[in-house]
Amino acid sequence: MKKAPTIITGTVGVDAHVIGTKVVSRALRDAGFNVVELGMQVSPEEFINVAQETNADAILMSSLYGMAELDLKEFNEKRREAGLGDMLLYIGGNLVIGRYDPKEVEPRFKKLGFDRVYPPETDIVAVIDSDLKKDLKTKGKM
Amino acid sequence: MDDIRLLIDFGSTFTKVVAVDLDKVEVVATARVPSTVESDITVGLGEALKKIEENTGIGDLEEREALACSSAAGGLRMVCAGFVPELTSKAANLAALGAGAKVIGCYSHKLTQQEIEEIEAASPDIVLLSGGTDGGDEQVIIHNASMVSRTGRAISNVIIAGNKTACDEIRAIFRDNSKNVLYTSNVMPEIGVLDVAPCNKEIRDLFMRNIIEAKGIARAKAIIKDVIMPTPSAVLEAARLIADGYGDAGGFGDLIVIDVGGATTDVHSIAQGKPARPDTIIAGLHEPYEKRTVEGDLGLRYNLDRLLELVKERETPPNFDAIVKGFHEGKLPQTGEEKACHLLLSCLTMEVAVSRHAGRIEVVYGPTGETLVQHGKDLTHIKTVIGTGGPVVFSGNRREILEHALFREDNPFVLKPRDPDLYIDEQYILYAVGLLSQVEPEKALNLARKYLKRI
Repeated sequence: MKKAPTIITGTVGVDAHVIGTKVVSRALRDAGFNVVELGMQVSPEEFINVAQETNADAILMSSLYGMAELDLKEFNEKRREAGLGDMLLYIGGNLVIGRYDPKEVEPRFKKLGFDRVYPPETDIVAVIDSDLKKDLKTKGKM
Repeated sequence: MDDIRLLIDFGSTFTKVVAVDLDKVEVVATARVPSTVESDITVGLGEALKKIEENTGIGDLEEREALACSSAAGGLRMVCAGFVPELTSKAANLAALGAGAKVIGCYSHKLTQQEIEEIEAASPDIVLLSGGTDGGDEQVIIHNASMVSRTGRAISNVIIAGNKTACDEIRAIFRDNSKNVLYTSNVMPEIGVLDVAPCNKEIRDLFMRNIIEAKGIARAKAIIKDVIMPTPSAVLEAARLIADGYGDAGGFGDLIVIDVGGATTDVHSIAQGKPARPDTIIAGLHEPYEKRTVEGDLGLRYNLDRLLELVKERETPPNFDAIVKGFHEGKLPQTGEEKACHLLLSCLTMEVAVSRHAGRIEVVYGPTGETLVQHGKDLTHIKTVIGTGGPVVFSGNRREILEHALFREDNPFVLKPRDPDLYIDEQYILYAVGLLSQVEPEKALNLARKYLKRI
């Protein structure tokens, strides 16, 4: 059996809403993953540094304050530069300000390099079981 | 006969000896003679001991018990190589500095052929490899170990303090290799956790066992008991003892020691450095409780060039350039004009060294308002600042120089002490306190209490 995949969690930018990422971290741990919990207000560069050093398999980012797009403007370029092009990237939360149609927002974040984009109130356990495990298996990480 | 203990510092320029009466906790004699490491270390040592003998009547018995530290023959020269600059490279650097080493090179990511040649040419006493949290990245440290394994005799001591999962493969790389390779716990076992103590110990043991031998310092053991640590390490030990106290004897609490030298300026802080305000967020690596930094570009004799760069923005006393040229050649300040120049440089060194050591606050503006982000240690609460080193101790303006270590209202983002008591290590006793702390901690603490002079 392979070792448990390493997943990084945290809120990006200066977002201080920490509950969501804590719930995500807890669910990942319960599912047997190795979780590196960075907590709140993690800069894009810190995500990259930590992913390099821990040889992480995925980052599950949270953002509730509607500024994620701005925070992640050059994230994709930077992580490719850092040799992390193959790493899975998920993001979830209130990704833009005000009410929005998730279908409209999803392609914008896919363009920023995210493999999966989730609206508020997503069931994290279902995401882990249906999406994350499948994607990791596809990449040969599980 | 009184119980007298001799404590010795083999410096690159001078060999210093302090004789302490342990019953009275008193300095009974000091001596300072030119070091003779290049030829035979015991010659200078013998001369210094003779001076002490004349003044105190001590003999072989005391000499056999004497302890020493050393920064002679270039000190303990180390190269660190980690993975991410802000993470494992920084952790390795902090570990080496904390063990009293002089870090002559710090590298990140996979080492290139050119870099490894550079390291070989520098011929460090120890190469320290880190990289990857435990269970994290293995590639970088394995690559770097394999690069180091192919070097020649210029590199003989290697410490591996990275991802434990990589160790088996690294052992295989060094099998049948003549280098002395030591394995210790990861300096950064997980993100945000710094574990430098085991690595510190490994470095010091190596220094005691092998390095002093290779540098000819161990010959001193024909006369004295042992050379137990690098000098900066002795100063850090002293700083910790003075801060924490020993047993029931309380210490001074959190403190900073600044050692201004001819070639470098060392700053030691003993403090957790947690944010003063609870709503402040800490960014980056949590720094160690005992932190040492070395400003290799700030010295008052050998590294004047960098200081002069910094002086450009300030008003200088008359004849500044000509006078500074004299300092370069080893001249000591005599006239009023020379003293004014020296004071300016000393103050600047103090200000820059402590500013680099201290943490800083950054105000980040977001949709949720202002957030304070702290990088490094908050030293604003510190109540004790101790100055040592020739340029501070022998200056006529000691208070003025030390005040440059303090918080400034015009730059409130640098977290330096706001309102501390200022002390001077007038008798050059800190290294001796550090050495003595290894055998008689309580007496060492009392010695510090007695001889640190509040100004």
